Amino acid sequence: MRRIKILEEKFFVFLSAFMTYSLITVLAFIILVIFIKGFNALNLDMILKTPQGGYYYGGEGGVLNAIMGSLYIAVGATLIAIFIGMPAALYINVQLVRYRRTQNTIRYFLDALWGIPSIVYGAFGFTLMLFLGMNASLLAGIITVALLISPIMVRTFDEVLSTIPRGLHEASLALGSTRTETAFRVMLRQGFSGFITAILLSFGRGIGDAASVLFTAGYTDNIPINLDEPAATLPLAIFFQLGSPIPEVRERAFASAVILTIIILAISLSARIISKRYSRSNLK
Amino acid sequence: MNNAAASQTSEVSTKAALHSSQIVKIQDLNVFAGDHHILKNINLEIPRNKITVLLGPSGCGKTTLLKCMNKLTDLYRELKVSGSIFIEKDDILNTTTNIPSIRQKMGLLSQRPYPLPVSIYRNVSYGLKLKGVRDRKLINFSVEKHLREVGLWEEVKNRLNAPATSLSIGQQQRLCLARGLAVKPSIILADEPTSALDPISSKIIENLFKDIKKHYTIILVTHVLRQAIRLADHAIFMIDGEIIEQGDPEELFKNPQTEELRAYLVDGN
Ligand SMILES: Nc1ncnc2c1ncn2[C@@H]1O[C@H](COP(=O)(O)OP(=O)(O)O)[C@@H](O)[C@H]1O
Ligand SMILES: [Mg+2]
Repeated sequence: MRRIKILEEKFFVFLSAFMTYSLITVLAFIILVIFIKGFNALNLDMILKTPQGGYYYGGEGGVLNAIMGSLYIAVGATLIAIFIGMPAALYINVQLVRYRRTQNTIRYFLDALWGIPSIVYGAFGFTLMLFLGMNASLLAGIITVALLISPIMVRTFDEVLSTIPRGLHEASLALGSTRTETAFRVMLRQGFSGFITAILLSFGRGIGDAASVLFTAGYTDNIPINLDEPAATLPLAIFFQLGSPIPEVRERAFASAVILTIIILAISLSARIISKRYSRSNLK
Repeated sequence: MNNAAASQTSEVSTKAALHSSQIVKIQDLNVFAGDHHILKNINLEIPRNKITVLLGPSGCGKTTLLKCMNKLTDLYRELKVSGSIFIEKDDILNTTTNIPSIRQKMGLLSQRPYPLPVSIYRNVSYGLKLKGVRDRKLINFSVEKHLREVGLWEEVKNRLNAPATSLSIGQQQRLCLARGLAVKPSIILADEPTSALDPISSKIIENLFKDIKKHYTIILVTHVLRQAIRLADHAIFMIDGEIIEQGDPEELFKNPQTEELRAYLVDGN
């Protein structure tokens, strides 16, 4: 009996460890392959120059247009999504605290929105764009990506807020705070480091998504200066270059993927550092 | 005529003063959650500047009774509250007074301390800020005063800007008390405030209650019989949503009138 238990224990420890490490290995492998394949094309020109003449046939230049386009779109969309997501999540958790069924219905819809494939958002953004008489542009891309990541933002903020103990909520009210004061002075602070993670998650989703910007942001070799200009994006830069028959250009697709991956890794790392520092430092 | 009016007012105010030995009066309080009758016809009075102990087994409705008093029952839509709760002269269940100012008449200590996610200093100044106090000096003065009141000043005066969560759990509970006192309540609602604490911290809290009852009315929920005996000036014994006995603790614990209380006293907690 005991022997079987010990065996069982060993087996499941092995199994879960195996799964964990294989997943990490696979991820590491993906990154490694991208690095190896893109290594030859990876140079300073890639990140410092826009495509020059003949770039798409193996000529001079880089993907600075797509890097800047992606950053503009992701930052813009993230800011919009924070302004939508923060009040919405506070509303669900503070104002609706008495109405559990309403809370759950809203959460259900948000989860459904989260699950909608981004190509649908792209199509919707495209329709909206035509309706408003806009062209494929930075603004249309920002709006579409904001729509895509807003449900993610609300739900991740919401998850953070819903883990805040009811006792803290009550303590704040008992001191005479109104619900709004409770939301902004207590809940927001308590959730701060969780929010950073949430923002990061949404940013990563926004910057990496191709389908939502495919019809809405357009593509250009220039760095957009105005909101109504088209904007290139890294996912589309990867997509277009990968489809090229020319090996050098395909290599540049992988180099672009490396750049995108590094941006995402850098952002998640800095967010971690910020949230750690915040939770340790003086909370004045 | 002026004279007559004056003597009348003075008579009225003496009467009011006599009656004001009771600070809380609850009449026919009922709480339902769906079919579940959580509090059944609660009638009680709570004496001013005394420690009233609410005693009873777990699940008998003690926490719910406290939450009715500071209207935290509002957070739970399933709870239907009816009856009257007079705090001073105001029936808070049927009043137009705004809820935050009702709640500020009472400080709350819960089973576990929930410090606000800010510094030690800011925890205590929080209530003052809510009240619109902006005067730095006044706030500093009040923070020190209330931290001294709970015996925490010497322990934290050199790290007032450290996060409140860096304190030990016993210190956190005292901080929560100081935070509540800074709002200048007349009543302290304490819901098993020592149940998460070590014996020494519990003792400190108990002694604090004895010290501060000169200035505050304390309503203490406990299921620890010995704590009730040590602290109570007035005792209320509940079972299953009903008040079984209430009165002078000496009487209550020496000569229980009911079978339930007798059994409870024998079993202890
Ligand atoms: N929001 C609620 N909804 C339904 N039942 C509740 C709610 N709050 C408390 N109760 C029930 O009321 C009873 C008394 O709870 P409580 O006041 O917490 O007891 P005590 O503090 O004496 O342990 C329990 O049976 C509990 O399940
Ligand atoms: Mg309780």
